[in-house]
Order: sequence, then C-alpha cells, then structure tokens
Amino acid sequence: MTTLNLTGTLPAATGRSGLTNALRSEWTKIRSVRSTLWSIGAMAAVAVGLNALINWLTIDRRWAQMVPGERSSVLANPLDNILASPMTVAQFAVAVIGVMAISAEYSTGMVRSTLQAQPRRMTILGAKILVIVGLMLVVGEALSFAAYATGKAVIAPHVPVHLSDPGALRAVIGAGLYIPVLALFSLAAGAILRHTAAAITAVLGIMLVVSNLTQLLPDSWGHHINAYMPMNAGSLVFQQHVAPKQLLTPWQGLGVFAAETAILVVVAAFLMRRRDA
Amino acid sequence: MIEAEGLTKRYGERLAVDSLTFTIRPGQVTGFLGPNGAGKSTTMRMILGLDTPSAGVVTIDGKPFTAMDNPMREVGALLDAKAIHGGRSAYQHLWCLAQLGGIPKRRVDEVLELVGLTGVARKRSKGFSLGMGQRLGIASALLGDPKVLMFDEPVNGLDPEGILWIRNLMKSLAAQGRTVFVSSHLMSEMENTADHLLVIGRGRLIADCPVHEFIRKNSELAVRVRTAEPTRLAELVTAEGGRVTTDGDGTLLVTGMGTDRIGDLAFDHQVRLHELAALRASLEEAFMEMTRDSVEFQAAVPAGAVAPEVAR
Repeated sequence: MTTLNLTGTLPAATGRSGLTNALRSEWTKIRSVRSTLWSIGAMAAVAVGLNALINWLTIDRRWAQMVPGERSSVLANPLDNILASPMTVAQFAVAVIGVMAISAEYSTGMVRSTLQAQPRRMTILGAKILVIVGLMLVVGEALSFAAYATGKAVIAPHVPVHLSDPGALRAVIGAGLYIPVLALFSLAAGAILRHTAAAITAVLGIMLVVSNLTQLLPDSWGHHINAYMPMNAGSLVFQQHVAPKQLLTPWQGLGVFAAETAILVVVAAFLMRRRDA
Repeated sequence: MIEAEGLTKRYGERLAVDSLTFTIRPGQVTGFLGPNGAGKSTTMRMILGLDTPSAGVVTIDGKPFTAMDNPMREVGALLDAKAIHGGRSAYQHLWCLAQLGGIPKRRVDEVLELVGLTGVARKRSKGFSLGMGQRLGIASALLGDPKVLMFDEPVNGLDPEGILWIRNLMKSLAAQGRTVFVSSHLMSEMENTADHLLVIGRGRLIADCPVHEFIRKNSELAVRVRTAEPTRLAELVTAEGGRVTTDGDGTLLVTGMGTDRIGDLAFDHQVRLHELAALRASLEEAFMEMTRDSVEFQAAVPAGAVAPEVAR
C-alpha cells in the first residue's frame, strides 16, 4: 500500500461557509453541464437566426406581393414580427433551463452530495436563484437586443423601425426581463416537483394550455383570470402596442408575473426546508 | 464523535429507525452492521441532516451537522456512489463541492490522486463503473480533510484490490485519530476492518460492543471428536464440565472445552482418538443468528430444501 497523503496541503478552516461559496459552486455547476450551453445556444440560434430568415422570407421578399391590408398591419406592429415571435419561441428553452437547474440535482442524486457539503438548504436555493436569474438576465437582454437589431436590419428596406418608436424600447428591454422571471418561475416549479419531466410539463402546460383555455371562461371574472395567468400577464411587456381590452399595462403585467413567481419561490423554499432530501 | 439519543425515523406506520442511542468514538473504525433494510442508511442520512428525525437528536462533536460553520471541513461522507451528475467530469464534480467549503483547487487534484482517479478525472462520470463511482464518492468525503468520516456500504462494486484499499484507508483514517463510521450488511467485512460494532435489526440496536467481544460472545467454540470409544470419552468430558452431543456414527461434538483439554483427557485415560478438530462458528453465522428475527425482507425457503451448513 502506498503512503496515503490524507491531510495534504489544506489550510485550516476559517469562518462560516455561506452564500459566496455557494454562488461560486452554483456558477461552476451551471457552466460544467453541456445541456445548459446547448439550450442557450439553441435558444439564440432560433431567436435570432431562424427568425431573421423567416422575416426575410415573409416580409422582405414578399413585400411587393402583399395586399395593402397586410402591409399596414406589419407597419403598425413591426415588433410583433421581429421581437415577440422570437421571444415566444425562446421561452421554451428558458423554461427547460430553469427547471433543469434544480430538477437535475434531484434526478441525478447530486443534491445529496451538495447538501452534505452545505446542509443549509436556503443558502443553496438562494445561490441557485441568484445564478440563474443573473445569467438569464444577461442572456435575455442580449437575445432581445440581438433579435431586435437583426430583425430591424432585415425588414429595414420596407419597414423602418427605431427604438424611439412608441413602445419599442420598453418592449425590447421588457423582453429581456421576461426571460429571467420565466426562468425563476420554472426553477421554482422544478424545486416543488423535483422531477424534470413533471416540472417541464407543468410549466409548458400552464404556458400553452391552461393560459389559453382560460380565454373560454365567460364574463368579467373569466376575463380577469385570463389576464392574470402568469405568462399572459408577463408577455404583455414585449408587445409593442397592448390591445385596449387588456386589463393590465405592460409593466403591470410583468409585475403580476413576478409576484406570482415570488409566491411559487416561497412555496418551493418552504418545501425544500421541510422535505427529506 | 457522533452521539445519537433516541434517534427515530417513522415513515407512516413503519418505524425505520427505532429510538437509537449510541456514541461513536474517534480513533477507531466503528462498524454499523445490519441486514438490508435495517435502517443503516436512514440513520446516516439523519446524522447528515438529509432526513429529519421524527424524534430524538444526533450531534457531531456536540453540534447538529447543519449548525456547523463549515460542515464539509468537519464531516465527510459517502452515502451513495450515484449522487453525481453524469454530465460532469470527476474533476468538475469535486470542484463544485470544494467551492462550497472554500477549498482550493489543488486539493481536488490531491484527493483524485489519493483515490486513483487522476487518469479519468476529465472524463464525464456517466461512463464510470460502480467501483469508480465509489472512489469518487470517497474522494468527495476526503475533500475537506474532515475529522469525522462516514461510509455507507463502501465496498459495494469494488474488486478485491479495491476492497483491500478501502480497508487500509479506513484503518489509516482511524489511526490518525479520526472518527470512522462504516456500514455493511456483511459481517465478514466488519470482522476485517472494524474495532467496534453497532448492530441493528429492524431499526433497533441489537449490540454495541468491541468486535472481539462480539466474536467471543457470539461464536461459541465447538470441537469435533472421532474416537473408537465414544461413550467412554463422552462420560469423561461431561465429568470435566464439557457438553457433548453425538451424531450417531460415533462423532462427538463438544462445547465448553478446548482441543487441548480434550486431547489431554483422552491421553490420560488412554482413549484412542481418530480426529480432534476445533470448529469455530463464523461471525457471519453469529450475526445471522442474532438478526434472524429482525430481517426485514425474508426470503422463503422452498419446501424440502436443506439449509446449507456454514462451517469453517
């Protein structure tokens, strides 16, 4: 048996290990898993690349064939084409990244290794939230401005667009803000359900099915429920002009989405504290 | 030092761990022995705060694990070789954990070297064998150079060389004055490694004693004797305080008396012996005897089957 250098060169422990250490660890975690990078890459490619191609084919090249009604609708809301549609597509990847940031720890068992090194669960959850929200804020704003700039360049010969147009700057900045809120919403769902497929299904189910079904609810209360559904409210912020029948302004919508996300985070924190890991 | 007092875990109706009270001391290897499902892992998870006890308390050096300033610098554990994200390399996995305790990068290289994973450190851990997973788990337990170490079934999936390596590792860790707590469902493993034993069955503490004492108490010596004059020898042995059973064909089984004494007796009385052999009930048998009533998942013995004789 070779001599075991068990102690090695470790300096004596000092101080209490807390959020700073946990942030470093979570940042390493998110960078060292390929699925994160792939998801962000796919999201960028679709949001910027594919959408520029679609706009080129459907607006730039077809402009001469368009009937006047089509032209005026594009001219009235150009950001629907160059910003809202890429964001609508990108949000699927964001939901997956948010869910996986925590559900993968449970499905792989990594969470037990993590909690053996840092058993204070709120420190771990806090670090995860800060890392995901920070990363998604940067990615979201970069994506939003990139989609806007590319789309603008593609349709520029026929449809002039400027950040100074009414609602344009707010929509572009707002789209970037919607991304981290959605990521956090998904992370909370992942922490509550602790199962990747279940949490992704839940988030996408709310986004695509439940939100739309509430349109069918009758009367004023149905209208209210529909308006306050998380993604219905949140997505108002990246629409250039909000329809007059909407109950919420764009910023109110994002605020409602953020508040609902906060409630979900509180539930996730409560459960994470209470449940056996 | 790990101290548990009335430690209990209840899942609905079922008591997985039933009011365990014990102290695990530094400087020795303490074996935690029990059949599958006896509550060993649950107990270890409660020590680490992964599971909340239904009742009772457990502390490490006087503090609950979750209250320690830098827990991984004080306690290291291998609970589950699969507690790894397969998409990360061994190096990245350890670096994620090291950062939680403010441990420098070079320590990651050190523990990888120590467990012999340096060569595959940059490979994704998805492709690791169970044995490599165990080594990686041991590396993460050693990261913080902790005073208290816990290993749950560490030899699972290891080859004989790996098993020997783990035994030596645990002994050297204990020799350095650390607290080493290791679970196993195999008595033979404990026989070779542990100084002290905690035995549990169905969540209850059955024994808490040094290994040699456990062996002495639980493995009575028996001596097999074949002789031309079984009746006469049986009388002589019984007169001297031994207990004799016969199996009909002239072979005697003597308990309560060693081979030396029986041989001398036979010689003194000129009884010819054909065989004189010491039989030691193995520790495995003693353990099975002891936990027979407390095995959680008992396999039915098929009708007509004869239980194999476990004699060594």
